[in-house]
Amino acid sequence: MRNTYLRELYKLAEKDKRVLSLIADNGMIVYDEFREAFPEQYYNFGISEGHMVTAAAGMASCGLIPFAYTIGSFLAYRSCEFLRLDVCLQNLNVKIVGIGAGVTYGYLGPTHHSTEDIAILRAMPNLTILSPATPKEARVLVNYAYEHDGPVYIRLGNNLPAELYAEDMEVIPGKPTTLTEGKDLVVFATGEILNQAKEALDLLKIDGVSAELISVHTIKPLDEAFVLEVCNRHKRIVTVEEHSIFGGLGGAIAEVMAENGNGKKLQRIGLQDRFAKGYGNRLEVLKANDLDGKGIYAQIKKYLQEA
Amino acid sequence: MYEDITKEIRKDIMVTALKGKAGHLASALSMAEIVTALYFGEVLQYDKDNPNWEGRDKVILSKGHASLALYSALYRIGYLTKEQLHGFCQEGSLLGGEPKRGDIPGVEATTGSLGHGLSFAVGIAMAEKYKKTLNRIYVIQGDGECQEGSVWEAALSAAHHKLGNLTVILDRNQLQAMGDTEEIVGIESLKEKWESFGFLVTEVDGHDTERLIAVLQKDKRDKTERPRIIIAHTVKGKGISFMENVPIWHYRMPNAEEQIIANQELGITKEDLL
Repeated sequence: MRNTYLRELYKLAEKDKRVLSLIADNGMIVYDEFREAFPEQYYNFGISEGHMVTAAAGMASCGLIPFAYTIGSFLAYRSCEFLRLDVCLQNLNVKIVGIGAGVTYGYLGPTHHSTEDIAILRAMPNLTILSPATPKEARVLVNYAYEHDGPVYIRLGNNLPAELYAEDMEVIPGKPTTLTEGKDLVVFATGEILNQAKEALDLLKIDGVSAELISVHTIKPLDEAFVLEVCNRHKRIVTVEEHSIFGGLGGAIAEVMAENGNGKKLQRIGLQDRFAKGYGNRLEVLKANDLDGKGIYAQIKKYLQEA
Repeated sequence: MYEDITKEIRKDIMVTALKGKAGHLASALSMAEIVTALYFGEVLQYDKDNPNWEGRDKVILSKGHASLALYSALYRIGYLTKEQLHGFCQEGSLLGGEPKRGDIPGVEATTGSLGHGLSFAVGIAMAEKYKKTLNRIYVIQGDGECQEGSVWEAALSAAHHKLGNLTVILDRNQLQAMGDTEEIVGIESLKEKWESFGFLVTEVDGHDTERLIAVLQKDKRDKTERPRIIIAHTVKGKGISFMENVPIWHYRMPNAEEQIIANQELGITKEDLL
């Protein structure tokens, strides 16, 4: 995903000299090619995330298009007020790119996890939030972020997720994608954990349960009409995210359901009001928190029995 | 020759605050000469008819709470009408206690939360340098504000990226909200600190307009890759005897009795209050 982002950024910087790449000392080797090709469009701010975000706002106020990139947790938490006042309040054309979505940095633990970022940033006015799950989504959404005039947060994993889109399937920014049809329940997922949700659905299929799988790559603005139509059509509704169950995708879907009197029982799968436990690679940490394919499968099974 | 303008600015600060029943008077009064020098001392490049002129120099009021001084300057160069100025903090007004970019011509950044202005200005200075313009960027910063860590992140960055197009004017009035900066969390020695961060430092009497202008104009002429800071030694509440150097005036508005004295000292007449 990181490489997809960098490839697209390279192309954008090549065609548009307003595009700048900002990093906070996080991008060894991977940025070499960019730096060599466009030295004037590359700024390393050092270990200074808040400053980078605000300086990006200053650059955008002069008509440039900065993409400020570092680990998502340092952007969403440490830079929070800078993002709020200098980017969002002033509605400036800054792209904030948070790498290491969810528990990607499994070895490092919660200091490097982005597991509350959507909740915090979803409340920021003017901010578009994009959360790609597959390389194709990342490719389309990075370009969409460039074209969109306004603040954008791109939540990126840096793994090599499977491409769940068929070649002829489109990613439409702003509109969730239905990846598989199904009649027994619907699962909304966002980001790379879509792959684990897909694994869970494959297991459910063996049990004879047919599920609809939807990738919500645009968290904000959320296509409420689409979400509501799907929720009205299904009796059982599940959300899956590599994030706290509070304020993220599950929270957003719950808001749409409740406000429209949908009245159905929703299951939010994610971190249950705790920091992720355990160390290891991403998949090991997901497993330790019941968020690997089998863990998600078991949680959905339980829900189906209760619902 | 600049005394008359500075006098009008101080009057504007008081009258505008009276109209809006709000404002940080003392913080604005300390920088009346600073805005006089910038806007009326042939320092800033700006277009009276087009606030968004590409070739303009930019001023960022990092100590946003002193907006009354900035608004007065913007009024006096023609970016605001008297009605707009006197609408300060009232219903339907564009002018809030803290300046908001986009709402008000001549306001280059929304400020109010301290420790943001210099970072924002660093971004502008980088952008102007990247675009190879000759535009200069000025930041008016508070002294208490130097307690914010983000100021020093931005300072490191300005020197590292060789932002010779950036000048900080530090309003060194010695006081922050609750008292003397050195009693709250000491920031001295500022000269040595900024020098060690890579800035060219000049110390001046911040109420000597001609001297401020001379330093700012020299800054424009001297080509250097180092960012500059002018430490302007000022008196908080300058111009109103009972406010000078008294911390409580960071917040307070005068009562009726005090108002009479303030009006006398600033030369505010009944006509000014209309």
